[in-house]
Amino acid sequence: MQAAIMDPNKAPAASVIVPPVVSRAGWEHFPHDADVGVRGFGATAAAAFEQAALALTAVVTHAEVKPLAAVEVSCEAPDLELLFVDWLNTIIYEMAVRNMLFARFAVIIEGPRLKATLWGEAVDVARHAPACEPKGATYTALRVAQQAEGLWSAACVVDV
Amino acid sequence: MDTSRFTRVDATTWRIEPYGAMRVPAVIYADEDLIRDMDDKVYEQAANVATLPGIVQASYAMPDAHWGYGFPIGGVAAFDPDQNGVVSAGGVGFDISCGVRTMLTGLKISDVPPVQRSLADALFRQIPAGVGSRGSITLDAIDMDAMLAGGACWAVERGWGEARDLERIEEAGRMAGAQPEYVSERAKERQRREMGTLGSGNHYLEVQGVADIYDAKVAEIFGLSPDDVVVSIHCGSRGLGHQIGTEFLKEMVVAAKSSGIELVDRELACAPINSEVGQRYLGAMRAAINCALANREILGHYARRVFAYFFPNCDLRLLFDVSHNTCKVETHTVEGRSRELFVHRKGATRAFGPGHETLPDTLRPVGQPVLIGGSMGTGSYILVGEATAESKAFASACHGAGRALSRHAALKQWSGRKVVDDLAERGIIIKSPSMRGVAEEAPGAYKDVNAVVAAAEQAGLARRVARLRPLICVKG
Repeated sequence: MQAAIMDPNKAPAASVIVPPVVSRAGWEHFPHDADVGVRGFGATAAAAFEQAALALTAVVTHAEVKPLAAVEVSCEAPDLELLFVDWLNTIIYEMAVRNMLFARFAVIIEGPRLKATLWGEAVDVARHAPACEPKGATYTALRVAQQAEGLWSAACVVDV
Repeated sequence: MDTSRFTRVDATTWRIEPYGAMRVPAVIYADEDLIRDMDDKVYEQAANVATLPGIVQASYAMPDAHWGYGFPIGGVAAFDPDQNGVVSAGGVGFDISCGVRTMLTGLKISDVPPVQRSLADALFRQIPAGVGSRGSITLDAIDMDAMLAGGACWAVERGWGEARDLERIEEAGRMAGAQPEYVSERAKERQRREMGTLGSGNHYLEVQGVADIYDAKVAEIFGLSPDDVVVSIHCGSRGLGHQIGTEFLKEMVVAAKSSGIELVDRELACAPINSEVGQRYLGAMRAAINCALANREILGHYARRVFAYFFPNCDLRLLFDVSHNTCKVETHTVEGRSRELFVHRKGATRAFGPGHETLPDTLRPVGQPVLIGGSMGTGSYILVGEATAESKAFASACHGAGRALSRHAALKQWSGRKVVDDLAERGIIIKSPSMRGVAEEAPGAYKDVNAVVAAAEQAGLARRVARLRPLICVKG
């Protein structure tokens, strides 16, 4: 499922230069009958988490979201996969209570703890035309893993 | 799905014989076409539910079943607390007590066209829908707890509804056993400004016309005649339910393990009914049911206000309000013995047959209205509970058309603008803040609701009373 992949590091390639693995950050959506799956890729688990958060924002809107205000969050879970679900649910919570969308994420993972800064702006219904509201991240198709070539991926289905 | 994987009991009953850790069989009700088109994941998930402790009789899936998380959407399972039965946050889902209400208007379809566009605009303005919309109600801590304990009764006391509605709402508008103290501050914070909002995704408010009547006698008791106009609302417990679901899902993954329950899928997260976590979840989940009942009562009140402006003599009476994501304590007869069971319905509608003691006097002789939301183009159905549903699936029926295509696939196939234009040509006005949202909910992304309700009827779960066609659809 590569259709929706967005690679911010990919130059509008005139020549074919294979980028090093460490720069292959990106995200994609994958299908689920009623809902939608989000998957982030990155050189580290934290980078994959950041990219998956971009995929979460793209569930709501394809419009530009401006990084105007910062929100600090933290969460904790017994393993990396449960931490990933907690991370997405933390963002969903902040989106709901602050009525915001987020465009940029900086994640630090230390053992079972995650600390992050989210940058975003208030929802503008006319400009963002939000398609749907994430209710919660699920354990369905949940997988956080480092692939053979060293790239991390983090994925799960989000209930919308 | 490959039909050879089932024991076919009759035309609409497909049984998965127990294998592996399954404690009971799984049974899917569907006709052959529906079962062939059904995702293999429904088979897997229905079988997984059958592995949970204390499950009684079988794990069931309704004709609209599709791939959920843990339980299939369209799943029904009952658990006995005296046999180490469990309550599962995954088995109720995130949108606790999501459901449908239908209100009679006394209007005829011919009354609508002269005001159709301005009525649609007014409903869209009055009903906050979608991400970024906020209700006009803000609850403080005292009001929040009163709402969570009082449900629709609270809304009526506050002037957002009518007392006569209450007997037409499940649990008479107030779920007993709600314990607001077990609802986290985060869940309450998420709900503080969300009362009277519709949400998004497949939630809607529709103005509909009665297109067909299948059972004139029951239709008359329900107050439905050909060409009548009704208003239907589909939504749930909003952010509060989502947050409770999220928190308990996480807690129950751990609780299951410490109770020695092997989960074949983490999304089946559960705890013994007779455990501290289980009881705490039940108290919080029942509070979320009250939140959903209050929310739909308020939305109904908003609809009344708009209709009163356009049709000053119009009187919106509630036909019924029923949830399809719940866990309820009910008495069912199993192998000749009456037992108190915890019935989980995830994307399945309670469907009590004639004579059920909880139904109001006017409905008791015929059975409970079962409200089935279709897609915005194809219409919806009103069914009535059948006595046979009791033994078939603990008095349960389908809840909607069920998705046939993912949002992702729908988005590739349709343009929201074109869906709106095509439906406008057929006399259906769609109001939504997002054309992408409309594309994701395009009529073609859903199964054929006609086939789903026909299969439910053939299986003896519920009987068709009326088909409704959409005139106006407000989507979040």
